[in-house]
Amino acid sequence: MDGSRMDLALFSQYIVNGLMQGMVYALVAVGFTLFFGVLDIIKFSHGDVLTVGAFSGLTAYLALSGMGLSNPVVLLLLVIIFALSVTALLGMVVAKLLIIPLKQARAPALNILLITLMLGTVLRETVRLFFPNGSSSKAFPTLLPTGGIDIGSFSLRIDSVMLFVAGALIIVGTHFLITKTKLGLAIQAVAQDEETSKLMGINFDSIVLITFALGSGIAAIAGIMNGLYYNEINFSMGLLLGAVGFSAAIIGGLGNLYGAILGGFLFAGLQTFAVVALPIPTAYKDVFAFAVVIILIAWRPTGLIAEKYSERV
Amino acid sequence: MKILSNKIGIFAATAVLAVYVASLMHAESQLTVGILSVLFGSAWFIGDKTGASQMLDKGIKENGRFSSTMFLAAIIGVAIYLHDDHFNLLMLTTVMVFVIACLGLNIQFGYNGLLNFAGAAFFGAGGYTAAVLTQNTQIPHLLILLIGGIVAILIGFILILPVLRTRGHYAAVVTIAFSLLFRTLVEVSPALGGAQGSAVKGLNILGWEFNKNIDIAGLDISFYMNYFVLALILLLIAIAFSKAIERSWIGLNFDTVRLDETAAACFGVNIKRWKITAFAMGNFILGLIGAFYAMMLGFIAPNNFTFGDSLIMVSIILLGGIGSIPGIILASAIVIILPEKLQGIQEYRFLIFAVGVILILLFRPNGLIKRKMRQFPKTKAQGE
Repeated sequence: MDGSRMDLALFSQYIVNGLMQGMVYALVAVGFTLFFGVLDIIKFSHGDVLTVGAFSGLTAYLALSGMGLSNPVVLLLLVIIFALSVTALLGMVVAKLLIIPLKQARAPALNILLITLMLGTVLRETVRLFFPNGSSSKAFPTLLPTGGIDIGSFSLRIDSVMLFVAGALIIVGTHFLITKTKLGLAIQAVAQDEETSKLMGINFDSIVLITFALGSGIAAIAGIMNGLYYNEINFSMGLLLGAVGFSAAIIGGLGNLYGAILGGFLFAGLQTFAVVALPIPTAYKDVFAFAVVIILIAWRPTGLIAEKYSERV
Repeated sequence: MKILSNKIGIFAATAVLAVYVASLMHAESQLTVGILSVLFGSAWFIGDKTGASQMLDKGIKENGRFSSTMFLAAIIGVAIYLHDDHFNLLMLTTVMVFVIACLGLNIQFGYNGLLNFAGAAFFGAGGYTAAVLTQNTQIPHLLILLIGGIVAILIGFILILPVLRTRGHYAAVVTIAFSLLFRTLVEVSPALGGAQGSAVKGLNILGWEFNKNIDIAGLDISFYMNYFVLALILLLIAIAFSKAIERSWIGLNFDTVRLDETAAACFGVNIKRWKITAFAMGNFILGLIGAFYAMMLGFIAPNNFTFGDSLIMVSIILLGGIGSIPGIILASAIVIILPEKLQGIQEYRFLIFAVGVILILLFRPNGLIKRKMRQFPKTKAQGE
């Protein structure tokens, strides 16, 4: 056996894995950052919206394949559309019924935080209780080509490449939407100053609703990506992904799209580094990553791409 | 209605409360539990609407010492009534453990505005200290409780730099990350028992075995009564301590830091000093009672100290009303007893609990019992 070549293959596998994880984290973090941008709130149910997205995708798949549909491309497309619609609608309902009224009543930030945390529990428990046999892990269907490209001893799975490209496209698309379109301009305006944006004729409520639909939809994509990559989903997957996404958005710098992406890949990078390079058991990778997050936040208290603000008394 | 504001009224109210708690804890059938829960909710609602609650509130304020004594008597009464019931005594004591833990958190968060999402981690730090020390050493158990608190302070000091430097949402991530880190750490470290957890020896103070049933004159008393009595003593100390802090110049400094850091700093309040003080005090209480809890349960596992448990502690404080000691007591009782008692709808209890918390926060944003703030005497200049 050629040990060093084996190691290289394993090493590349870790890198691919890390990049995939980073993409999922970044997608979740983008949602946190969008919500924070427009309403200055942390919506802690975001991770569980991801779970809802993944499970509605699975529901759509089961229903469609039950009806005899077997073309994977059509299936995948319909699965994504269904999951997107469910979470986008969920995001809008939550914003309309819960978050906008709370903001208007000037509820303390902490109450909003706890309410969204509890909302996350409601979503999680709803999936667990009302999805058939929801408390056990569910197999997620393989809808992408399963082949691999052989590069030396290392085989790159085609589905990983496709997922990664798809994730990158979504992030680029979101960035384009925010920076280059009229809608994005309106979102930026709302993020900068609610009052002024209203004076400029922007419909504040509908911009907030659109932002929530957008962020929640991205979470659904992240959930489906996670499902397609690991071929397994479970009702509590959103809890850790949400916490990691939140940490990523924070260490990147809240309200900044680049920060969210940086934070997501940084977190996955730290986990991969702990596994590949540190002489500690693999199980400690999260301990290492979270410890570095704490150190980073001590070093840059408002994130790596720092928020610009000044104190007002 | 007026009767509620004098001693007879307070006596009657606490007696009703004691009977209510005792019957709730004793209730077996889900129907009874359901009826009793609805009864409490409607009594609360009617009390609010008719002004009875305000009357009672006024009475309690005027007869503070009497009310506290009556309340204490009510708790002891319930415990005596449940004397041979292991499960319910354990639950009653667990409520008190959570009250004490949340009092610790309340010093950080209610008084000083320092949000700590790692309450369960500091609680667990005490618990694991107790596990390691009771198994490997002969250190007297009362001392172990103190060491549990000190270990929690020391672990807290690791976090002190990021805690001091960050604000708001950025501060939240520090303790959230630590909470997740702690749980994973205890889960994967074989020295602490890993995911399977670790056994903890029962308390033994000066030769008095806490894990033995008591037999006084033929009366069987559950061994949990030992823990109940010690927890009650600890609770009284914790309440006295919290109140002393709140009323003192330390509490005044805490309040200024919470209300406006920048303004407080301008008036020469040393923000860092008071944040460190509050953080250390709170963590000490959390660690101490965590050690007690571990010894009472006799067994701890990483699952006892998850991020979710930290959230439960924070929600107790928010539900009760930030900074309010009676609020913490009421909210702990609701949060601990209700899900336990609602076994019939066991599957749905977290869902119901979460919906309940959302509703309470929507309709009572200040919590169930609002904190009574310090009232400075009004001066003539303020237009009396």
